[in-house]
Formats: sequence, structure tokens, C-alpha cells
Amino acid sequence: MSESNDTILRLPDQSTAQVPKKNFITAEHGLLSWLLTGDHKRIAMLYLFSITFFFFIGGAFAGLIRLELLTPQPDLVASDTYNKFFTMHGVIMIFLFLVPSVPATLGNFLIPIMLGARDLAFPKINLLSWYLYVIGGTLTLTALVLGGVDTGWTFTTPLSTHYLNTHVVTTATAIFVAGFSSIFTGLNFIVTIHRMRCPGMTWFRMPLFVWAHYAASILMVLGTPVLAIAIVLVALERLVGIGVFDPTKGGDPLLFQHLFWFYSHPAVYIMILPGMGVISEVISTFSRKRVFGYTAVAFSSVAIALFGFFVWEHHMFIMGVSNYSALVFSLLTMLVAVPSAIKIFNWSFTLQKGSITFETPMLYAFGFMGLFTIGGLTGVFLGSLGMDIQLTETYFIVAHFHFVMVGGMLMAFLSGVHFWWPKMTGRMYPEAISKMAAVVTFIGFNLTFLPQFILGYLGMPRRYHAYPPEYQVLNVLSTAGATVLGIGYLLPIIYLAWSLKYGAVAGDNPWQATGLEWQIQSPPLTENFTEIPIMDHEAYDYEWLEHKTAQEVTTVG
Amino acid sequence: MGISPVLWQFLIKWLNNSALFPREASTIAPYMDALYFFLLGMTITGVLLVAAILVTFSLRYRKSVHPVATQIEGSTLLEATWTIIPLGIFLITFVWGALLYFRIYSPPVNSMNIYIVGKQWMWKAEHPGGQHEINALHVPTGQPIQLTMISQDVFHSFSIPEFRIKREVIPGRYSTVWFEATTPGEYHLFCTQYCGTNHSAMIGTITVLSPADYKKWTEESTSGMSLAQNGERIFASMGCNACHSGNAAARGPNLAGVYGSKLQLTNGSQVLVNDAYLRDAILNPSQHVTAGYTPIMPTYQGQISEDGLIDLVEYLKNLNTNYRVQQTLDTSESDQATPPASGVVKP
Repeated sequence: MSESNDTILRLPDQSTAQVPKKNFITAEHGLLSWLLTGDHKRIAMLYLFSITFFFFIGGAFAGLIRLELLTPQPDLVASDTYNKFFTMHGVIMIFLFLVPSVPATLGNFLIPIMLGARDLAFPKINLLSWYLYVIGGTLTLTALVLGGVDTGWTFTTPLSTHYLNTHVVTTATAIFVAGFSSIFTGLNFIVTIHRMRCPGMTWFRMPLFVWAHYAASILMVLGTPVLAIAIVLVALERLVGIGVFDPTKGGDPLLFQHLFWFYSHPAVYIMILPGMGVISEVISTFSRKRVFGYTAVAFSSVAIALFGFFVWEHHMFIMGVSNYSALVFSLLTMLVAVPSAIKIFNWSFTLQKGSITFETPMLYAFGFMGLFTIGGLTGVFLGSLGMDIQLTETYFIVAHFHFVMVGGMLMAFLSGVHFWWPKMTGRMYPEAISKMAAVVTFIGFNLTFLPQFILGYLGMPRRYHAYPPEYQVLNVLSTAGATVLGIGYLLPIIYLAWSLKYGAVAGDNPWQATGLEWQIQSPPLTENFTEIPIMDHEAYDYEWLEHKTAQEVTTVG
Repeated sequence: MGISPVLWQFLIKWLNNSALFPREASTIAPYMDALYFFLLGMTITGVLLVAAILVTFSLRYRKSVHPVATQIEGSTLLEATWTIIPLGIFLITFVWGALLYFRIYSPPVNSMNIYIVGKQWMWKAEHPGGQHEINALHVPTGQPIQLTMISQDVFHSFSIPEFRIKREVIPGRYSTVWFEATTPGEYHLFCTQYCGTNHSAMIGTITVLSPADYKKWTEESTSGMSLAQNGERIFASMGCNACHSGNAAARGPNLAGVYGSKLQLTNGSQVLVNDAYLRDAILNPSQHVTAGYTPIMPTYQGQISEDGLIDLVEYLKNLNTNYRVQQTLDTSESDQATPPASGVVKP
């Protein structure tokens, strides 16, 4: 076994190594064995394929949007078509990609293993939640094929209820159904985390990945029903004309926004928290150190989840809400920024006195830290009442949430996919090209979205099909960046597919990581563990790992 | 210079099309920009700090330099530091932002009122003197202008980036914003709330004029009838004056001088009569019955446009005596009593 100075990667001897013949992928054969499976790992794979599919559809719409915005004139497509593009981009990316991305794939795959359990608490509900996701996705595609929808992903009333003739109800139903998929996933995680930890796995021995998912699950279970209610009310208002939101019938159009953002603000934490969990694991592994201030990071996840429910009105500061309530919500928004700052500094100081290497997952994690810091701090602009007046509903807000959701969450997702790829498939991805993809993504991302901050302060409104000519150069830069970004996202899907057959055999623990998932074979057996493990050490205990490895070597030798 | 004219043209076009910072054209703009630069400074410092930490640690503790990690549990002191310092900065931002917000959304008492009606996909501006504009707004410098805005259909949002103001224009409810322009010129007006097909065409031009030019403009573009005069006409033609005649025995309450007063309602609550109240009372009278009167007024929902409502509100705002109400009423009654021989409608 050769020990290199710039990598922790330790692979078995490739001339003799083989991916274990018996694992969860080879356990059963045939399409039905996948479609009727109760195995959390197989469901995670189903999710991985489905969300990747939808990611590329949503991405195609993003490409079309950027292409249209290359010139100030509305010349590529008609206005209605453009409006459908950004609506589909938003709906698909948020409800069908970002919300399920990390929890339903990596979370589904890893949480039971990290807790030392054989499966989630309710395997059949887990499968049901994938089916609901597929139904939601199919309905969205139906709406798309039938002619699309142009409400914007925010479904603002009374526009969505009285003024549009597109497939609003179909799309609303899609989101309603997909919402239940996420409620069931959250429910499953909460019960599993409470009830299925292995002996010795106390709350404060759980990996931070699990803590982050616990916080996100609470948000899913408590927040999503409110979205469901809001959407049912929109559908009823459209179909039978009840007057909940219609001002001419005595309804309040602002009420919809309250209901919608009561879910949709926590939803951004549903999207980002699991990503933060990934970053904690990756940073710790590649600096060979326990996460700095484990308890602070764990509790900051819970704090974000808690505060996250009480800031929704910051989406409505200019909408004629009472000035004094705006004051309260601005203050709470400032408070929710603090736990995120704590996390960033704790991750940074995890590196201190570590022994750092820079494999692909770590590069993506670094990218996450930089972009999430920008995304978070620009959020403070928007939480600050007076500043929000100039910046809201402009490209500044577009840039801000893309920094958090794409720069943050997507980087974290890719970091996690690369990190656990050897565990999920038993094979390594190719290192050199994937490092390049990480760098290309980072550059492309900044080129796409940094100019949009400037455009936002200039006042360019979001969802504009045409714009004044003096904004063109910044838009051209942004479109150029989007092209680079597109390449950065295409590369992984190509080389990851390649690695399924040609990648190096990974072995059980290529990264020398401490998590329980790394102590079993890759890919794992259907039952994960031949015997339920006993957790006798803290999370991220690298001395324990060293001791264990040394013992194994002795036994073999 | 041996630069090709084609390239030269291209460079000129490139420069013309690359705005980086909006002009400051209102009294509020410098305040907004000060906060913006503070926040920008905070962001750049924060990002550089995180980057510096990452780079320093990456160099000092990379595996080839530092092969064995030293385990550290954490440090309460450090963690307290990076909890308290960001919290402090965020709280400063909160206070600063709140002060600015209250400044932008609290119009001065001496401001001139202009009404804005948003509809898919155009902006109508109505000046008190009766000037009507579409997708345009002329305002003088040095005079605080209050905009009272309402939407006829969906949510819109009225944004003038160079003034650093923006406010949602809501169906069925007045919202207000104010500004004081400082520099004559033409500025963008955008609708920033997605409002359907031609959202990006719901734009206009704000023309800021010097007070003298503005006076000239108002004289040249008046429609000959002020909003209040229009309102008076509607008041008579809808028959409002039959009940709200100001007579002691009238079936409706006296409306002269009602604007700005406190009114006791039959349901026991007390309300301040402002634009929004007057509008609601016309559209939804049974919810707003003045104490001592019976709820006999029918609803006018769907019978008067938002423009008409604005005219009525503007009329009632300026209604100080019932003298003309009475006169109009008498004239129309005497007309009915003795049909005019010529059939000429009274002016």
C-alpha cells in the first residue's frame, strides 16, 4: 500500500481487487425488483436518477432564459413562452430537484447506515414517497407538454387564480403531490433518527449530516402542509371561485403570500440544511479532524430550523404590510443569519492544525464555503428593511438565491455525490477530470451570477423578457458564464457514468473516513450490517479509526 | 490612432451598454447608497476573511507540510467571538435599514399627491389638476411627491431605481410611497412584480422637470377638468347627492369636511377617514355605516372604475361645504319639475 503525500485516498490492490459480488445492487435482478423495492439504498438510487433527469430539464430552461437575455430585445421567443420558461425552470428546480436532492438521495442512502440501522423506519412509505415524487414529476411534465404554465413558481394571486388560462391546476396538483413525497421523507427520517439508532449511538455521537437532516425533516413535516393548503385554496378559487384571495369578494390577496412564504421560506432551509450536513462530513474527512465545535454546529442546524419559521414576511416588506411587523421580521431575519455565520467559521477552523488534502469533494466543499458566504451576506442586504426596497424583485434577489441554492446547495450535492460515490457504486470516479469539473463549475458560477448583483442594484427587474440596452454587457457576461456552468454540470454525468464500469475498485473505506457507512463493504449489503454495530466512540474520532485499522493489519499479518 | 472604425464603433456601443451604477436622482438616493456601500464593505470583508482563513490553513496544514492532524474539540472563546461580532454587525444593519425604511415609507405632510393606477400592462398617472398620463410621469424637482397607488387587476410593483424607491401596487387597496426628485432628466419606470404576459413591457419614463418647466407642462397638458371636478360630476350623475346632501333630514351622512375626521360607526368602532376608508365605504357600504344612519346604501362594486373612485375620493377630500351639492340637487330637481323647452342639459 503506497502512501502519497497529497492524498488520503487508499485503494485496494487493483490487480486483485473486485467489487463484492454480493451487494444491494446485485441482490435482486429485473426492473420489478427496483420498482417494488423496500431497500432505502435502492430507493435512493431511483431518486438519484429521477432528480438528475429533472435537473437537466430545469437546466435546459435556464439555458433558454439566458439565451433570450443575451440581447435587450425580446427576440428569441414570445413573451408568453419566456414566462413559461422561467416558471418551469423554477417549479422543476425547486420542487423536483432542490427539495429532494440531498435528503432523498444521499440522506436516504446514508441515514440508516450512519445510525447503524438496517433500513429506515417505514420502508414502504419510503417507496411511496418516491412514487408520489414520480407522479408529481409526471404531472409537471404533463402541464409542460400540454402547453406549459406561466404563473411563476410563486403562484401569486390573483394572477394565478383569475387572469391566466394556462395549466395552473395541473401544476398545482403536481406540487401538492410532490409535497407529500417530501412530508413522508421527513416523517421517515424523524422516526428513524428517534427510534432506530444502534446501541451506543447517543444524540451527540450522531454525524452532523444526520443532525442537519433532522432539522430539515422537521421543516418538511411542519412547513409543507401549509403549502398544500395554500395550493388547494388557489385551485378552489380557480375552479369554484371561493373568495379567499379575491379582493372583489372580500378576500385578501396578501393572505396567499403569507401562506405561500410560510412554507417557502423554511423551504430554502429544507434545501440548504442537508447540504450543510454534507459539508460537515467532507471537511472533517479531508482535514482528518473532528468538526470544530460539534455541538455548536449541531445546534445551529436546529436554530436555523426554528428561526426559519418566523421570518417569512421578509418576502413582503414592500407589499403594504404594517411597518411595525416589518420591523419584527427584519430583526428575526438578522438573527437567523447568525447560525449560518457560526457554521462557516466552525468549518473554517476545522481545518486548523488538520492534515488537509484536496480531492474533488473537498474542492466542491471549498466552493460551497465561498459561494455560501456571499449568498448569506447578500441575504443580509435583503433582510435590512430600507435596502430591501431597492433590491427586492430585481436581479439582486435572483443572484442572491442562486448563490445560496446553486452555489451552496448544488455544490454541496456534487461534493456529497463524489464523496459517497465509491460507497454507493463500489467504484471511484476519475480524479483529475472531476477536479477540473469542480473548478469549471466554480468559475462559471461566479461569471453567471456576480454580474446579476450589479444588474439588481441598477434596477433590472426579475422575470423580464426585455430590458433597457444599457444593461446588455452585464447580461452578456452572465450568459457566457451560464455556458461555462453548463459544461461544468455536464462533465460529472459523463465521467460518473463512465466510472460505473471502468472506475477503480474503491474498497470499503477509500477516504479513511470514520463514519459507520465506511466500515462496511462498498456497495453495502441489502441489510447494511451483518450484525448491528455498537457505537463506542464519538463521531469523527480519527484516533479510533487508526487504532482499528492498525488492529486489522495485525490480524491479517 | 490606427484603430479600425468598426472596432471603434463596437467599443463605443459596448461602453454605452455597460451601466454599472444607477444615477442618484432623489433626496433618498444618497442615504440608500450609503447603506449599500456599508453592506458591500461588510460582504467583501467577510468573504476575504473566510478566503484568507481557508487559504492560510490550506497552506499551513496541508498533508505534505502537516502529516498528522492535532485533534481540537473547539473553543468557546472563539465561537463566542464569531457569534457576537456578526450579530453586532447584523444588528447595526437592522437599525440602519429600519430607519431608511421608515423614511421612504413616511411621506412628509407637505407632499403633492399624484394617483397611480396599475393595470395589465400599463401605468396610468392622474395629477390632481386633471393631467392624465400613460406610462409616463412628469414631476418637478424640489417638491416631495406622494404617490397613492392602486391596481385594477393583479399585483404590480412601481419601481424607479434611480430614485431608489419601489412599492407594491395592490388590487383593492391603496399603497403609498414618496420621493423628492433632485435632478431634471428622464428615468426608468419598471413594474417589478410579475404580472402576466407583457410584464416586461409595463415600463415607462419618469420625466423630472425644473419647477418652472413643470408649471409650463401642467398648463399645456391639462384636460380642462381637475380630478375633483370630475369627481363632482360623478357624485351628481351616480345620484350620491340625493342622500349625501348635507340636509339635516338627509338619509346619508353629511360629507363636507369628513376627510381627515374621526368617525363613529354603528358597529362601535372609530375610524380615521382617509383615502382608503372613503374607497371602501363606497364599494362596501354595509361594512362602514356611520353611527345614527341606517344601512340603506347599495354597493357600488363594479360600477365605478378605480379612476372614478380616485376622482370621487379627490372630490370628497376637497369638499368643505355643501353649497354646490345643494345647488346641483336643486337644479336637477327643478329640471325634473319643469321639463326644459329646449332640452338643453345644464352645464
